[in-house]
Amino acid sequence: MTTGRMSVRWRDDALPLALLGPAVLYLLLLIVLPMVQALVLAFQGDDGTFTLEHLRRMTGDVAFRDAIRNTLVLLILIVPAQIVLALVMALLVHSRIRGHEWFLYVYAIPLAISDLAAGILWLSVFTQNGYLNTVLQALGIIKEPIVYLSYENIAMVIGAIVIAESWRATALVLVILVAGLQLIPRDYFEAADLFGASRLRRTVHVVIPLLRPSLQSALIIRTIFAFTTFAAVFALAGRNLPVVAGEAYNWSVVARDPHVAAAYALVLLALAGAMTMVYLRVLGTSETQRAR
Amino acid sequence: MRLPYAVDRALVYAVALLLAAWVLVPLYFIGLAAFSTPDAAYSYPKALLPVAPSAETMRFFLDSRGVVSSIVNSFAVALLTIVIALLLGAPAGYALARFAFRGRDAFAVLVLTTKMFPIAILSIPLAVTFLQLGLYDSIVGVALVHSAMALPFVILVTSGVFVAVSHELEEAAQTLGCSRWTAFLRVALPLALPGLAAAAIFTFVISWNEAFASTILTLRSRTLPALVLTALDQSPITFKFAGGFVMAAPAIAFIFLMRRYLLNLWGGR
Amino acid sequence: MNARSIVIVLALVITACSTQGTPSGGAAATDQGSGFVFASTQFTPTTEQEAMRTKILAGYKGAPVDFITDAEGVILDRITAEAKAGGAGKVGLIGLENGQFGSLISGLQDLGSTMDKYKGIPADFVGLGKLGTATQYYVPWMQATYFLAVNKKALPYLPSGADVNALTYDQLITWGKNITDKTGKRMIGLPAGNNSLLHRLLQGYFYPSYTGGLVTTYKSADAETMWGAIKELWKYTNPQSTTYAFMQEPLQSEEVWIGFDHAARLINVLKAKPDDFVAVPAPAGPKGRYFMTVLVGLAIPKTTANQAGAAALIDYLLQPSTQIATLRENSFFPVVKVDIPGDLNPGLKLEADAVAKQAGAKDAKPVPLPVGLGAKGGDLNKAMVDTFQRIVVKGEDIRTVLNEQAALVQKAITDAGATCWGPDGSSTGPCQVK
Repeated sequence: MTTGRMSVRWRDDALPLALLGPAVLYLLLLIVLPMVQALVLAFQGDDGTFTLEHLRRMTGDVAFRDAIRNTLVLLILIVPAQIVLALVMALLVHSRIRGHEWFLYVYAIPLAISDLAAGILWLSVFTQNGYLNTVLQALGIIKEPIVYLSYENIAMVIGAIVIAESWRATALVLVILVAGLQLIPRDYFEAADLFGASRLRRTVHVVIPLLRPSLQSALIIRTIFAFTTFAAVFALAGRNLPVVAGEAYNWSVVARDPHVAAAYALVLLALAGAMTMVYLRVLGTSETQRAR
Repeated sequence: MRLPYAVDRALVYAVALLLAAWVLVPLYFIGLAAFSTPDAAYSYPKALLPVAPSAETMRFFLDSRGVVSSIVNSFAVALLTIVIALLLGAPAGYALARFAFRGRDAFAVLVLTTKMFPIAILSIPLAVTFLQLGLYDSIVGVALVHSAMALPFVILVTSGVFVAVSHELEEAAQTLGCSRWTAFLRVALPLALPGLAAAAIFTFVISWNEAFASTILTLRSRTLPALVLTALDQSPITFKFAGGFVMAAPAIAFIFLMRRYLLNLWGGR
Repeated sequence: MNARSIVIVLALVITACSTQGTPSGGAAATDQGSGFVFASTQFTPTTEQEAMRTKILAGYKGAPVDFITDAEGVILDRITAEAKAGGAGKVGLIGLENGQFGSLISGLQDLGSTMDKYKGIPADFVGLGKLGTATQYYVPWMQATYFLAVNKKALPYLPSGADVNALTYDQLITWGKNITDKTGKRMIGLPAGNNSLLHRLLQGYFYPSYTGGLVTTYKSADAETMWGAIKELWKYTNPQSTTYAFMQEPLQSEEVWIGFDHAARLINVLKAKPDDFVAVPAPAGPKGRYFMTVLVGLAIPKTTANQAGAAALIDYLLQPSTQIATLRENSFFPVVKVDIPGDLNPGLKLEADAVAKQAGAKDAKPVPLPVGLGAKGGDLNKAMVDTFQRIVVKGEDIRTVLNEQAALVQKAITDAGATCWGPDGSSTGPCQVK
């Protein structure tokens, strides 16, 4: 978005550094430094020496393997659901149907809703005495309310979380994809039409390859966010579905052990980093393009 | 095979409306729950239409001590966050938009890394530092963390805004005798203002929604999400529903206000 | 210890029913001065906080008090941080459960000289306030316990021969089975969600009632029997129990008919529908009808911002009228002698009856909260709740889990250096799992 704008007179590096410096310093002080301090906590014993005790405590914990598994399962289900949903929304908005601006507005509303609020919203739908059962009963589909959020039916709990998170976070993917679509010259769409490509084939063969940079951004951003958000999981599943970020929070606030909490954060960092690398490898564009 | 045009259009609109319903119906339900009697919250089956609207649940929520002050705190934190994040972020965004320089890739990586770490854990060492600095349990302390969270977004959005503001205009002003600073002030800034306002709203949203740092860094000066989060398991379902509604409903207004700049959030134009 | 504990509880019943209460602490405090924070781990539920601030503390005329409450960890960290920082802190008074004071001892004032003012507090409660030392670190403030709340719709399904006021765990299981057989629903509820008090039910009810101990008998053959019984009970327990923090919510929505929880976490439904419910004592196991008494105390940190204000607030909180207000609003029972008013809410009357029946049962055996665990209390609780998760929820092998989790229980006890308490008797070193 900014290539080739360097003016001859403005080539000096001093001004941009002066403009960027404070922001960078701020992030270093308030994000990077505490991040390093937190990571040190993961390896620091009571007497300040290096120890692997906290990592052992974490891996030995009842919830550890479940948390990793659940985190990955949720990720694998949520991210593709969001991409598909957002792609459909984005293509609708981009097709300039009448009222497309309003559709974009409505679809984007969840962008400003927190995972905590979204979790509570969907709790009112999925709880035993909630709206989903009410609707199903009114339609005559069920006779007795179904218990959705029970440990005995983890698949349903996961389904509820996937729905809540897809509802909430699709908006971010949508915004990225619509922005990406606008960078594609309209000729491509029209040319495809001319050759009689059906909508689906046009989407698959023409649009998706051109959208690749945006899809990559969306995938990476969503994956990273998905690792660290868990309030919806808390609101809907309570203790039934441990996830890594939730365990980190529990260890720090409930069990009051910042060391084990930091160890969990380390796991998150590793997972998010690994997934980002995988995406960059598989989708194969350079790091800088993605950051835009 | 091609569908007749009318059928095709109808299908497209049906899908578009269905997706709109998917977004709006849950919002409708939480509104319904928040504006019913507490008895209705426990009852089953629930009313699907607002047949007996009642402010009782909302009043119970707003009358609970801490709620009103937490809403005030949330506003104060969010406004302070906007000020800090824009003062630091807009110049950085401008620099990214106008200059090509070494280290920009490093900056992009830095921005991304800040999002890989749960804010709840970041807040543990910060709580210690803030205690020493007297910032613990203060609105300023929370705003510092929120503005650090929002800063990468502000930079991205503002750089998008400044890219859209023609760089040639600024140069033209300079050839007409303006200094670089006055050229920026007279030409670029006015054109960028609506976009900066959108960035401000988005910053507000980030702060308004953040629960975990606020929970760990405060004790009395709770923001609304922090209050609701700590009360999540311990409050009547009516409190949760009313709290969920109060947190979610402003989204409708926020997104409306910034609807033209939504695409700037991710570097589109 | 058991005999002494019985005295404690009898004293509770007697003081609660006594009609010759003497005012203690004098007239309402009028001490002014700088405002201060009253930090507590109690009354975390929003409605209870609300009642504490607007009703219970309403009559206090002294310096402005800011009542804050949060999870044990948050509050203890805050107090510890102020103690470390030295000087005058914001926190003027703290209110914690008996077992939560341990790690704070060095930062607390000696309140021994003030104890004479508070007449009628059972001597055993006063003794607990010394935390095993000679110094009076806290003044007893209020007490509570756990029992069953039962929807009257469940009564027709009682097993024949069972007395609802003197149940055994076996009868409870049969009761649940009868309901499930006849209605197809699982109507027993256990608080097994986040922020629930499940660990207390294990520590104060199931374990001692089945094994006669807690730590020492953690992996005994009796414990194996107990977990088998809990698994059986779980078959008739609403599966949403793993999301319940408070039983009053599912009882009110009739997701369950029988709920086992802390008095303060049952009271709303009893107040809302006193005619539809009965409150009955906890069941008895092979070793007796063990139950837990929760004692909450007040302490003044050395860094208090307002010494006189904090002392005046203790006086106020221990006045009979305030103690009754605390009972009325948040259903914690008095520790000083009070006259129970005749116009007590019907729901509270149900609770008071249940408390009296539970303490007065022939086989009643009270247990205190874990003692001496300090900051490691959370580890013990977690080890026990994890045992429940693994055996009952996930269905792992009982013996294997007990052997593994017993090591974690032992580690928490050893790290804290806690000697045996309550049902385990006493020990010289850290209490040992046998």
